[in-house]
Amino acid sequence: MFSHPLLVLGIETSCDETGVALYDTHRGLLSHALYSQSEMHSEYGGVVPELASRDHIRRVLPLIRQILSAAGVDLADLDAIAYTQGPGLAGALLVGASISAALGFALNIPVLGIHHLEGHLLSPLLSKPAPAFPFVALLVSGGHTQLMEVNGLGLYTLLGETVDDAAGEAFDKTAKLLGLGYPGGPALSKLADEFVHSGHSKYFELPRPMLHSGDLNFSFSGLKTAVLTLMHKHEMTPDTRGAMAFAFQEAVVDVLAEKSLAALAKTGLTQLVVAGGVGANRQLRNTLCRKAEQIGATVFFPEFEFCTDNGAMIAFAGAMRMQETSDQDKRTDVFTINARWDLEMQGLCT
Amino acid sequence: MATVESHSSDSFLKILALDTSTEYCSVALFLNGEVISHEILAGQRHSELILPMVRQALGEAGLTLTQLDGIAFGVGPGSFTGLRIACGIAQGLAFGADLPVVGICTLEALAQEGGGGRIIAALDARMSQIYHAAYEKEAHGWQLIAEPALCSPEDAPLVPNGNWTGCGSGFDKYDQALRARYGGSVKRTISGLRPHARSIAQLAAPRFAMGGGIDPADAMPCYIRNKVALKEKER
Repeated sequence: MFSHPLLVLGIETSCDETGVALYDTHRGLLSHALYSQSEMHSEYGGVVPELASRDHIRRVLPLIRQILSAAGVDLADLDAIAYTQGPGLAGALLVGASISAALGFALNIPVLGIHHLEGHLLSPLLSKPAPAFPFVALLVSGGHTQLMEVNGLGLYTLLGETVDDAAGEAFDKTAKLLGLGYPGGPALSKLADEFVHSGHSKYFELPRPMLHSGDLNFSFSGLKTAVLTLMHKHEMTPDTRGAMAFAFQEAVVDVLAEKSLAALAKTGLTQLVVAGGVGANRQLRNTLCRKAEQIGATVFFPEFEFCTDNGAMIAFAGAMRMQETSDQDKRTDVFTINARWDLEMQGLCT
Repeated sequence: MATVESHSSDSFLKILALDTSTEYCSVALFLNGEVISHEILAGQRHSELILPMVRQALGEAGLTLTQLDGIAFGVGPGSFTGLRIACGIAQGLAFGADLPVVGICTLEALAQEGGGGRIIAALDARMSQIYHAAYEKEAHGWQLIAEPALCSPEDAPLVPNGNWTGCGSGFDKYDQALRARYGGSVKRTISGLRPHARSIAQLAAPRFAMGGGIDPADAMPCYIRNKVALKEKER
């Protein structure tokens, strides 16, 4: 893929996870490390941006030392640094951006700002077998729910997105309603999976929002209200709680799967790539694989550890971008962040 | 934060200092006892300005990072985001160039800007509060009289009676309230003073000379205001 090997350090600090990684264009991913602040924020019932920023600046350098040591490479071996430029929490992004820019300055190597969602979009390419362009990508996380047509590096067309809550956000909010704490999305999935295997007969039916909207957009905020309505009507026993978790997960997964298949039909493509934290959801994985098989399509998932925010996807996207960026653009002392940043609007797409 | 002794060996040091704790962005080079510096009113554009300013300063002095003995930065208190920009830049530069770091309290840098004597340094902390500290200049450095703290102007820690000078954005904004608090002890105020990289460079030099530089991974901002959100059980 590349004539000269390039070693890229990736730094991700857009939200509540500090991720760093070393990607070599010939040897692949050399090492990576992630520190999750999830436990710290759980006491606050959500991510506190200022606390997230304060933690990132404690973690980045120790994590970089850890991965350099694990890969057996020196700082001097680096060819470029890639950092998450946005979207995300401004203060958190600035930590990764300032350290990256200064380290690049000191080492006299290029520093590239990477779009967080581009990192997620490309993360399945870190797995084997990897999909080849073109493909449809379902980006589904606590911050995003989008369907994208991906025709190549930087060639992204938005097919549809959520009009309100992201799917992962709906999972977390509903989990909170059900008393599963924060962030409770994974706990809700676990409860739903246990319920299904427990043989209980209780069953609730929840709506499938926008399933027949005729477009590829999503809406998830109504589902948590629907769960709240159920909670008011029924005595909350472990059984009913499990049944509600199951009904909620089933509704979200159904809509995500149906719209993903509709996106394949619309674009005529046969590869679906799933990225983002909700991509770790087992029922989503099972349902998508089953339905895709029925129409002769293939589904690709990132490794579990690369579903959530991580440094590997940023290092990888940085390595890809290094080939496409002019030398002039690569070298700048001015570092920028874009807390709000539309993947289609920033000249990343052509 | 104890008295810092000036050391003759600091005159051989080369130090880069930076401060982004306020709406100003400043960079300084301590070169064998001399200080050259630049300051720009940055608003919120520190991230665009700081590294070009560093490059310019190094270029003017004909130096590269690796020829330096260390990097100093204003640790705070000040704008949280600004403190992290200076800290992140100091961390990245020092890590990449294998240099030690010294963090200087922005209130002490403010006192240094005030000259000498007895200084009450106060920075506007918003939310009707100030960051406050008091220092007395002695032969070899600043003696800390009142520890850096967050308080309302009306409750600012008292200082021994005497001839005090007030300075900083805290005095600029709450001059009346602070003068009332200190009775006649504050004999004068100097308006428009702010922490500056040149002061950070001067204060850092003796610390580097005494081997006080730390590993860049240990360089951290000092926010003073540490309660920034309520836990669920506290609401």
